Amino acid sequence: LCSPEAQQARADAVFKVTMVPGDGVGPELMTAVKEVFKAGDVPVEFEEFHLSEVQNMASEERLEHLLTSMKNNKVAIIGKIHTPMEYKGELASYDMKLRRKLDLFANVVHVNSLPGYSTRHNNLDLVIIREQTEGEYSSLEHESVAGVIESLKIITREKSRRIAKFAFDYATKKGRSKVTAVHKANIMKLGDGLFLQSCAEVAQLYPKIKYENIIIDNCCMQLVQNPYQFDVLVMPNLYGNIIDNLAAGLVGGAGVVPGESYSAEYAVFETGARHPFAHAVGRNIANPTAMLLSAANMLRHLNLEYHSQMVSDAVKKVIKQGKVRTGDLGGYATSDEFTRAVIANLVV
Amino acid sequence: YLEYGVENWGNTYKSSLQPLYIFQKRAIRIPPPAKYGGRHTVTLIPGDGIGPELLSHVREVFRFSCVPVDFEVVHVNSAAETEDDINNAITAIRRNGVALKGNIETNHTKPPSVKSRNNLLRTSLDLYANVMHCQSLPGVQTRHKNIDIMIIRENTEGEYSSLEHESVSGVVESLKIITRNNSLRIADYAFQLAREKGRRRVTAVHKANIMKLADGLFLQCCREVASGYPEITFDSMIVDNTTMQLVSKPQQFDVMVMPNLYGNVVSNVCAGLVGGPGLVPGANYGRDYAVFETATRNTGKSIADRNIANPTAMLLASCMMLDHLKLYDYASLIRNAVLVTMNETRLHTADIGGQGTTSEVVQSVMRVIQSKGQLTAEL
Repeated sequence: LCSPEAQQARADAVFKVTMVPGDGVGPELMTAVKEVFKAGDVPVEFEEFHLSEVQNMASEERLEHLLTSMKNNKVAIIGKIHTPMEYKGELASYDMKLRRKLDLFANVVHVNSLPGYSTRHNNLDLVIIREQTEGEYSSLEHESVAGVIESLKIITREKSRRIAKFAFDYATKKGRSKVTAVHKANIMKLGDGLFLQSCAEVAQLYPKIKYENIIIDNCCMQLVQNPYQFDVLVMPNLYGNIIDNLAAGLVGGAGVVPGESYSAEYAVFETGARHPFAHAVGRNIANPTAMLLSAANMLRHLNLEYHSQMVSDAVKKVIKQGKVRTGDLGGYATSDEFTRAVIANLVV
Repeated sequence: YLEYGVENWGNTYKSSLQPLYIFQKRAIRIPPPAKYGGRHTVTLIPGDGIGPELLSHVREVFRFSCVPVDFEVVHVNSAAETEDDINNAITAIRRNGVALKGNIETNHTKPPSVKSRNNLLRTSLDLYANVMHCQSLPGVQTRHKNIDIMIIRENTEGEYSSLEHESVSGVVESLKIITRNNSLRIADYAFQLAREKGRRRVTAVHKANIMKLADGLFLQCCREVASGYPEITFDSMIVDNTTMQLVSKPQQFDVMVMPNLYGNVVSNVCAGLVGGPGLVPGANYGRDYAVFETATRNTGKSIADRNIANPTAMLLASCMMLDHLKLYDYASLIRNAVLVTMNETRLHTADIGGQGTTSEVVQSVMRVIQSKGQLTAEL
């Protein structure tokens, strides 16, 4: 049963995946993914959709098309859809709308040091799980009295339990031993208190996994001082946003950390720290590492274990060799050169 | 798969069952089972005997077919005195909602306080309905042809109550428990399943001529439920006659519903009729959880690790599981491949008169899956 021909699963299978390049360097990163997949003969076909608020390419109709494609494919790879800061009558951005329509409640960022690229903290290995559909991102804001704005942060028991169970299920699946809930229940006693209580309740179903909690401000300090104490972290929306970026910074920045978002039905693969990196557009300097590693994770999700390993090995090899590196990692190579180096290292 | 909805109770029996409705409400709402991005996590309990090898073949076939299911393997040591292992397994099923298991050996020489692990699992998770579909397989030579029987067995009470005591020295009392609530819900499960599958007849198996009160209650409950399903014929048959009828003219049966021990006996008879324990899958359903295994729950210790066990029953059980997870396309892909393989006599394992090995059968199943052509995005 373990003969070499059994190595590749269903060699004749082709998987369709929805692709949204997004804004900024998104399209460039997607090109890198497509080139590597082509060179590695990966049995994946992309259905591309363009959705952008800044380039006037966003409409309900486009969103519907994208959702129809997602319903068929279940899996997508997306770049950051930039959210403009100005208020133009609509509180929820398209990025948020997409996440809500697909109910992508769980965001996972696996922060893992890249061998060969040394930072202040090496051999880091921690997972950040973020609730992504409620909390501060409720898009419920109003001016009750002139000059007074109320912005509603929503925490519900159902969604808190759901994300807590996701975190524990993830820890079980990946063989991890500890889950830490991050909160600010000392100030938001009811809101974050409910989140914390939900986590503690769900933890009882997982007697083999240790459960702890930590206050968000202390968590940030601990992360930069001694990040090794953490294993899996679970938190509400905004804290997750901050911790994702902070932790990505520990191992090399937005260009190297992959991320993914899940609902019960759908899986979306993206970069860990979501930035459009707009000033780099067309300059060929963006680091494709994060998106390529995310694409490799996507292949694993599709049961294409062999291809997944092939892509992530090639990326890690190029980083480890250290000859071809983009500017963010202190090198002088262009995005294209990096992609070509990855392709040259693919062991097909 | 039939979801045992609370609503059904309300509709069928109005006032008399209202207290049950309240009783059945879950105390704490547990978040939905582990399914993220379309991938399910399923608890895998290898068990003893041939269980581990059969389940490793299932995993191999799943991996090969790109089935979006991940397994959380939980080992239960049948030699251990404590119940830690089995409690661990039960908690794992509570998290994932679904399990696939091999049988765990029950050692009869252990003191009576050591309960059967398998029984403990079924009762703690309240898996009240055991469902087994006995169907003649085209490629297997048997005495009777065209058998198509569904057996629904009450899985949590009856003779399996584990209540036995010695009141006076030399006199042992073993309690068989039949309750109205559990009889009603198993009967309703059977009739619902019959309706869903377009079956025409439900037969209740009993021994009410001897156990007038206990089996009488069971029979009465079945009758009450039957009145709500006018399109389905209901009849009853005494268990001893049933077994005789089964071996002489099994084609007369359609859906059968019965208490625990009769279910155990009848399901083994039926499995024998269509070719033995290696061929028939079984499922245990509760309101919240489902556990899949081979129908006759044999450990198969004597043929363990010899590569001669028939993997059909376990593969078909995994297909039932995929159906339960609503992964119908994957289920039929694997099920068809298994049935095609069964048509090849040279691949038959020893239990059905051949000389094939377990891995030859599994290899063939995978070859058939491969030849089915493109795995499209619709899957």
